[in-house]
Amino acid sequence: MHPKRKKRLLLILFLVAMVGTAVGLLMYSLSQNINLFMSPSQIANGEVRVGDTVRAGGLVEPGSVERGQEDLKVRFVITDGAAEVTVEYDGILPDLFREGQGIVALGQLREDGVFVASQVLAKHDENYMPPEVQDALDKAHKKGKADLESARY
Amino acid sequence: MSMMAEYGQLALIMALMLAVLQWLVPMMGLRLKQEWLMAYARPLAVGQALFLLLSILALAWCFVQDDFSVSYVAHNSNTALPVAYKISAIWGAHEGSLLLWMVLFSLWSMAVALFSRSLPIDMIARVLVILGLVATGFLLFLLETSNPFSRTLPSVPAEGADLNPLLQDFGLIVHPPMLYMGYVGLSVAFAFALAALLGGRLDAAWARWSRPWTTAAWVCLTLGIALGSWWAYYELGWGGWWFWDPVENASLMPWLVATALLHSLAVTEKRGLFKSWTVLLAIFAFSLSLLGTFLVRSGVLTSVHAFASDPERGVFILVLLGLCVGGSLLVYAFKAPTVRSVGRYEWVSRESFLLVNNLLLIVAALAVLLGTLYPLIIDFAGLGKISVGPSWFNSMFVPIMVVLALMLGPGVMAYWKADTFKRLGGQTVLVAALVVLVAVAVPFVMDGQFNWQVALGMAVALWIVGATLADLWQKSRKQFGRVLKLNRSYQGMVLAHLGVAISIIGVVMVSHYSVEKTVRMAQGDEAVLGDYRFVLNKLGHIEGPNYISDAAEISIYQGENRVAVLNPEKRRYNASGSIMTEADIAKSLWRDLYVSMGEPLPNNAWGIRLQVKAFMRWVWLGAIFMAVGGFLAILDKRYRAKVARSKEATL
Repeated sequence: MHPKRKKRLLLILFLVAMVGTAVGLLMYSLSQNINLFMSPSQIANGEVRVGDTVRAGGLVEPGSVERGQEDLKVRFVITDGAAEVTVEYDGILPDLFREGQGIVALGQLREDGVFVASQVLAKHDENYMPPEVQDALDKAHKKGKADLESARY
Repeated sequence: MSMMAEYGQLALIMALMLAVLQWLVPMMGLRLKQEWLMAYARPLAVGQALFLLLSILALAWCFVQDDFSVSYVAHNSNTALPVAYKISAIWGAHEGSLLLWMVLFSLWSMAVALFSRSLPIDMIARVLVILGLVATGFLLFLLETSNPFSRTLPSVPAEGADLNPLLQDFGLIVHPPMLYMGYVGLSVAFAFALAALLGGRLDAAWARWSRPWTTAAWVCLTLGIALGSWWAYYELGWGGWWFWDPVENASLMPWLVATALLHSLAVTEKRGLFKSWTVLLAIFAFSLSLLGTFLVRSGVLTSVHAFASDPERGVFILVLLGLCVGGSLLVYAFKAPTVRSVGRYEWVSRESFLLVNNLLLIVAALAVLLGTLYPLIIDFAGLGKISVGPSWFNSMFVPIMVVLALMLGPGVMAYWKADTFKRLGGQTVLVAALVVLVAVAVPFVMDGQFNWQVALGMAVALWIVGATLADLWQKSRKQFGRVLKLNRSYQGMVLAHLGVAISIIGVVMVSHYSVEKTVRMAQGDEAVLGDYRFVLNKLGHIEGPNYISDAAEISIYQGENRVAVLNPEKRRYNASGSIMTEADIAKSLWRDLYVSMGEPLPNNAWGIRLQVKAFMRWVWLGAIFMAVGGFLAILDKRYRAKVARSKEATL
């Protein structure tokens, strides 16, 4: 091979290897750093291990919000229609947190089955439904229907 | 009912026709080698810009006149909305912001047409052909899927739905236009690069033409991103200034690539190297800004379902993106092998440092791209719903920036062609020693404890400052009077690099020495945070033009001195019923005191968030330095000298 071409080939191989390694490392670290979304049904099914950080989302059950009298602690229940999970949070809830509204909470499951949130998100739009929550509701709804169907036979 | 919306739409259609002619006529001219046909490119570009201006003025008229028969106005305005916000509501949602995008795009095309008299006619024709093609695509998209002038007839709503309260703010009047100026400005670099590639004119002259335009776009992009960060900081109510949110990432990626492009253009201009690489960067920078604008606007980033819910828009966007990126890469694939870079350089040379700069910036952009698109890909493949947290972006981005900053020092000092580590070492050893000493001392001064992250961050920032100033001193031959006589582009570079250092200092300090606390406060309550004592004086009500709010008055004391009285609010907008947190901030160069109201609690108390943010202003001050530096560089004499000389030549 022509020495100039050989040099160029080596350079290209080197670059490809570098980029490949970079992308590989990026992808690996990505897979270690993602937060999965879990619906109340999935949490109730035991799909979340205690201590893992996940995002849980659902509708805030009307009448379930309890506040501490002297501090900022708050407890509420989120539901996807099929299952419910109690969430605890210490801090200021977002402006659009309302009963009946879809929210997403980032946090960990405690051993007693309570979800301890470090962050609660509700989007800045009255009509907005977090897409994950919508999806969870649809799934729970479908499953409910299917269960009903199969119960008939 | 006025006909203004129809006039606006008509102007849009006229603009589309002119855009078609803008590529059709000069293309024929290029084919037939007829200069008089090529010469039509300029007036056509100007005409297109004028019609687009008319069109956006028509939309502004509809907003100001509260013409709710136009559905875009009905969805994004309200009679009670202050006039300034009625105007800025033009870019408050998809259709209007796309129109703004197009208007700014055509203004850049017009600027190219008017201010490039020195360019050979075939070059300017090619540039405007490419810009015309892009404009045609996006005008079609605008008219076909996102027409801001559509009417809601016959049932006209009596009142508009109001502009999203988050957007009723000064920051949102200025942030999107500035950001878009940056996005679409990159189209000029893109068109220049493709035109040069097609015309076989990839030479130093091309790089010299291209540089000021690229720098101008980069300046706008820098300011646009900084404005966005500043807006998010005070308007979202919890004091964050960068969230690694997909929308922010979408603007950061083109910025990173554009920064690489600026540096690569320098090599191409001075040394005639990296030509095909520069072209590729120009293509990537513009492609990423297209990806940014449209992915954000189509809603794909919040959810793939948003994409599916409006398939027409989504598919149109994908096709346009594919044509732009695919077409330009195809041209590149065919033409790039003919490009010859002449000249050699050694391993240790300014060329090498700039190459490393480019690689690091590209890797950073790639990391951001991956992190942004990964959740989409996973969702699309049906593998679940995930999100990538800020910690991932930080752990990828920060190390790259540290290496980049370290390379910046010797990079600025290195000679072209060949240099030696020995010489560079000799130049920097004193600076390095001083930097390490100061950097290690900083965390002790701040809170009496050592913190290696702060020390490292300060070290890289001070390293940039030290090396930049040492080089400045060297270049001005150790005479202070000569500093101002150095050429503008060098002065610009110094300012921009100092800006990078200032931003790094801001980021390091605000990340490590900020404290915050959420407390429950009733009238007369006190809370202590850091050196400051916050006292809630009273709670009350305020009535604004289109909102009512609960407000608090909080005095802040440092020792016995009252340093500030802040009035945070919790607003409720009448038209939409939306609740908005209006934080109040006591600003200073060394720290911001940030107070925002959370939610009402039992017994007449409020949840209140108190924050002391160290060095917050520095983050944006650095961006201003970078922008001013870029602006100075554009003013460099050699970009204008060229024009003067070629004018003489034509006489």
